[in-house]
Amino acid sequence: MASSTHDKTPAYYVPESSRLPIAMAFTLFLLAWGGAGVLQNVSGIQQNSSGVWILSVGLVMFAATLTVWFTKAAREHMAGLNSEQLQESYRQCMKWFIVSEAMFFAAFFGGLFYVRAFELPWMAGEGAKAATGMLYEGFEYTWPLLTNPVPEAVPGPQEAMHWTIPLINTTLLITSSVTLTFAHHALRKEHRASLKNWLLATIVLAVVFLGFQAYEYYEAYAHLGLTLDSGIYGSTFFILTGFHGVHVIMGTIILIALYFRVLKGHFTGPDHFGFEAGAWYWHFVDVIWILLFFVVYIF
Amino acid sequence: MTAIPHDDHAHHGPATGLWRWVVTTNHKDIGAMYLWFSFAMFLLGGAFAMVIRAELFQPGFSLVEPEFFNQMTTMHGLIMVFGAVMPAFVGLANYMIPLMIGAPDMALPRLNNLSFWILPFAFLILVSTLFMAGGGPNFGWTFYAPLSTTYGPPSTVFFILAMHIMGASSIMGAINIIVTIWNMRAPGMTWMKMPLFVWTWLITAFLLIMVMPVLAGLITMMLLDITAQTSFFNAAGGGSPLLFQHLFWFFGHPEVYIMILPAFGIISAIIPAFARKPLFGYASMVYATAAIAILSFFVWAHHMFTVGMPFAAQLFFMISTMIIAVPTGVKVFNWVATMIGGSMTFEVPMLFAIAFVVLFTIGGFSGLMLAIAPVDYQYHDTYFVVAHFHYVLVPGAVFSIMAGVYYWLPKWTGHMFHEGLAKVHFWMSFIGVNVAFFPQHFLGLAGMPRRIPDYPLQFANFNMISSMGAFLFGLSQLLFMFIVIKCVMGGKKAEAKPWEGAEGLEWDLPSPLPYHTFETPPKIK
Repeated sequence: MASSTHDKTPAYYVPESSRLPIAMAFTLFLLAWGGAGVLQNVSGIQQNSSGVWILSVGLVMFAATLTVWFTKAAREHMAGLNSEQLQESYRQCMKWFIVSEAMFFAAFFGGLFYVRAFELPWMAGEGAKAATGMLYEGFEYTWPLLTNPVPEAVPGPQEAMHWTIPLINTTLLITSSVTLTFAHHALRKEHRASLKNWLLATIVLAVVFLGFQAYEYYEAYAHLGLTLDSGIYGSTFFILTGFHGVHVIMGTIILIALYFRVLKGHFTGPDHFGFEAGAWYWHFVDVIWILLFFVVYIF
Repeated sequence: MTAIPHDDHAHHGPATGLWRWVVTTNHKDIGAMYLWFSFAMFLLGGAFAMVIRAELFQPGFSLVEPEFFNQMTTMHGLIMVFGAVMPAFVGLANYMIPLMIGAPDMALPRLNNLSFWILPFAFLILVSTLFMAGGGPNFGWTFYAPLSTTYGPPSTVFFILAMHIMGASSIMGAINIIVTIWNMRAPGMTWMKMPLFVWTWLITAFLLIMVMPVLAGLITMMLLDITAQTSFFNAAGGGSPLLFQHLFWFFGHPEVYIMILPAFGIISAIIPAFARKPLFGYASMVYATAAIAILSFFVWAHHMFTVGMPFAAQLFFMISTMIIAVPTGVKVFNWVATMIGGSMTFEVPMLFAIAFVVLFTIGGFSGLMLAIAPVDYQYHDTYFVVAHFHYVLVPGAVFSIMAGVYYWLPKWTGHMFHEGLAKVHFWMSFIGVNVAFFPQHFLGLAGMPRRIPDYPLQFANFNMISSMGAFLFGLSQLLFMFIVIKCVMGGKKAEAKPWEGAEGLEWDLPSPLPYHTFETPPKIK
């Protein structure tokens, strides 16, 4: 029964009420509604003039609500409300969130694998469903795919993306994971100055990575004819590198937020879940990139 | 150090008025909201089903335009899957899991409330597409490309983004449930002491975390195909419509088990309670649930036997699908073995549970028939498929939810429901569901395709019978609503343990439940 107390386990902090969830739910509504309107408008499906306003309000509210929510969570923790058990909940929550993120990317990797291992060879008249090739006379399977099965309908890119910039980017990201680990070790040993420097170095590396990535996209569109609408090579290239890039941007924002928290004196050697979660996220983004580097650029 | 607002400390009762429901962090409030929301969606999706069955009552275009009929079949499926069945199970999880494991609340209470409140907004967007130019989604609940990308209505982007936030809600809810079970069990509540409802939800939450992001990735590709002319599902650019189907069913098949595993948990609680015997083969139930979940990742292409896969792939997916019958058979065997030799009584939850075991098994058998690839060539996309999945979803998932609601309603409200009316509800539902869906087997075997607003004359009789059953089933759910509301308003006072043979921590608590329970964990023997 509820009355039989168990002294060793401290009470679990359950906030009495909160306005944050409804604010966030409404924000997501604005983002979805406005986002759909903007997409309709931009792609010329339908005129939609209100979408851009709704989306803008949604984005502002999104940033505000997330900031308030995380600030509140951090304050609660520093006020000593979070028992060891609650902190364990946060840790597990973050781990499962990363699992779900991995599965999001798995859909894109899986799509690329299916197209390259089965679909395109079949369309080129090879393999178990070689009869498919009859529909696409003269189509040959090469990867990167520069000549699409029906080039008159979907013209392919002129050139494939070269691997030099991505190799630099791989080096940058791996280095950033190392510097972040140095920062983590410095935090454990309470070397605050060293922590700040390594964290700053990680942020710089992240921003340089994003710069190179932006340059690569510019090259793809301006000189290689490699665009979203240039067939399956461009589609898979942009969806994988694009969503990775979005995750790097989110990771960088997290790192910057962590940097400011460090400046304010947050986190201690034994107690720094916020930092740890950010680091996990960053390493995850790094691992995705390494996979992506081999699958998208090399093989 | 910043001060934390004062009201966060004290554990007094709920806020007053409607605002309470908006800002609540209490798992019972949130569970109740999930259940009411699910019931509202059940009635809405049910109303769409009534339109479908009214149109099919006799041959010819009698009631609605074919274009609108397509929107009805699509919206019926989407709303029932994502709006009615899934939220109902999440609601039961929210309400019952903390009680069953002796936890004070869900692991992350604010995230929990967010997961719920996304849903009304998501469905507002989804349903509003019906009123947009070009109408709502009309491509079936499976939204196959290129039907949904190249040929879909302009509102498809709204549909996709509604699905995105709905998926985010599911993922957050699943993470919350998994962390609650993993981290919040009272001391002494070891893994193999957990009630099966908790076990099945642990595994279901795992499935959700694994496949909802794949759905998110898939609809993102759709979105890009529609708005940025990418070629994921366009063969001319080297993509493939089959890629859509593979990814969809990689999500879709585990999704099917997401809608049935918690049902297994509910039935495994109710049958022992009314047979007054412990569940037969508890450990084998746990392993069978895990086996079904793992196998569910390797069977997806049995939805696609007719698309032109290599024979080796058809063979693989046929065999892997049939293997699932083994752990499922273990479960059915265990339920029957629990009943054998028990001192059974037939209160309403038990009636629904027994109907579940019988009718779900029928749905399972027709599933085995569909799993046979060469035979599936005949059955594919016919009413036989419709009959099959309605047998596992309606007298399967939906009956288990009703069984669970009747089982725990006295605990939630503190009142007993009206037993006589509830029995009328059961028998009307039972007869309605069989009259509605059993003839659809014959229609399918005779070759009537699914998702059509008109049909040749030879299908007229069975369609009319099926429609009458559907109307009876639909009508009986209004009675269900009446019974539940009547029970909430008042009735005979319920004891802490209204069912003699019920087992579990939730029955140690008073009925109705106090606002906060297990603020300090109970001792488990």
